[in-house]
Amino acid sequence: MCSVCGCGEVQFRPVADGARAQSATVGWRPAAVTANAAPVAELPLDFGSGPARAHAPGLSQGQMVRIEQDILGYNDRLASANRAWLAARGIFALNLVSSPGSGKTTLLCRTIRALADECPVTVVEGDQQTEFDAERIRASGARALQINTGKGCHLDAQMVGRALPILAPADDSLLLIENVGNLVCPAAFDLGEAHKVVILSVTEGEDKPLKYPDMFAAADLMLLNKVDLLPHLSFDVDKAEAFARRVNPALQIIRVSATTGEGFEPWLAWVRLGLERATVGATRPTGLTRMAGG
Amino acid sequence: MHEMSLAEGIRSIVESAARDGGFSRVTRVVLEIGALSAVEKDALRFCFDAVMRGTVAGGAVVEMIDLPGAGLCVQCGRNVPIAARYDACPACGSYRVQPTAGMEMRVRELEVE
Repeated sequence: MCSVCGCGEVQFRPVADGARAQSATVGWRPAAVTANAAPVAELPLDFGSGPARAHAPGLSQGQMVRIEQDILGYNDRLASANRAWLAARGIFALNLVSSPGSGKTTLLCRTIRALADECPVTVVEGDQQTEFDAERIRASGARALQINTGKGCHLDAQMVGRALPILAPADDSLLLIENVGNLVCPAAFDLGEAHKVVILSVTEGEDKPLKYPDMFAAADLMLLNKVDLLPHLSFDVDKAEAFARRVNPALQIIRVSATTGEGFEPWLAWVRLGLERATVGATRPTGLTRMAGG
Repeated sequence: MHEMSLAEGIRSIVESAARDGGFSRVTRVVLEIGALSAVEKDALRFCFDAVMRGTVAGGAVVEMIDLPGAGLCVQCGRNVPIAARYDACPACGSYRVQPTAGMEMRVRELEVE
């Protein structure tokens, strides 16, 4: 329908343990949201205030109806449902966001290998097209589900909500959601994750946090990646970090290299702490059985 | 670029309100957009027209009310106006300003027939 953004055909390509399930591709349109939109809590409508108010002149038949609803309210409700689903199972979920080419997938692969003996890791991969990233992730030993957003520029809570029961991550495990490479749109869409982690690489400009402030404001942790390349670049690390903290004073920052493994200990320690908290804080109802396949 | 998704969110709210309120035509949609929200207003206007076509709000006028940004300066403790997330506190110059208003993206009201 749209050639600009998020309402093209979305395809799920779930693959369990490397075996491609041919019948599992699901054609799906975000526009279907309309069909099951939640009821308007504020109704019945206020028709008591009479005809159109002063700022709507010339439309004598018109009546102003107060709505007061957040535009992202529907996404936020679905994100809350995802968050509850994850919390019930003690799953620690991270939403990894960055511009294309920052090294997200390489970073994920190294993280998965480093945690291989500690806890199961599953990955949701968001890209406009191809299954390349999911294949790379599977090669590193984790189960991955690719979501192709078509013309869409971000993952939303409904897509992730569909992915969760298909991927069926184990209780007390780590779920990594690699968002579409885009420093703008994913900032606005809560997926139900515990934290957004923004990845900035030193081959980009140090002024990125000021150019794309929404993303750095939405993140709790910034990984400054590719620091092994610093000797060859004029990138000013202190300036980049100061810019990021100007946008988000509470932002934690860890310098890493997904290629050499530099800085991985503090990053993995941060992940382990989150895993521990998710396990301890799990809202597991008694007798909960994990939904398998929807 | 995510304005198309936002426009679809607006359509969903408008259609649901029309269904529940029993009105057949929406002629004006009034939005509240905060200065710190992630909305490019021109893009949203463009997407709005495309997405509303063929619905009860086809051809409706979209009106956007700007809501100002404000923040609490952690350094000096004042509530101050800010125009962007990276703005310094106008009182003390600190960048440690926690936004408190201006993140809104809301459908405020509809003009209906």
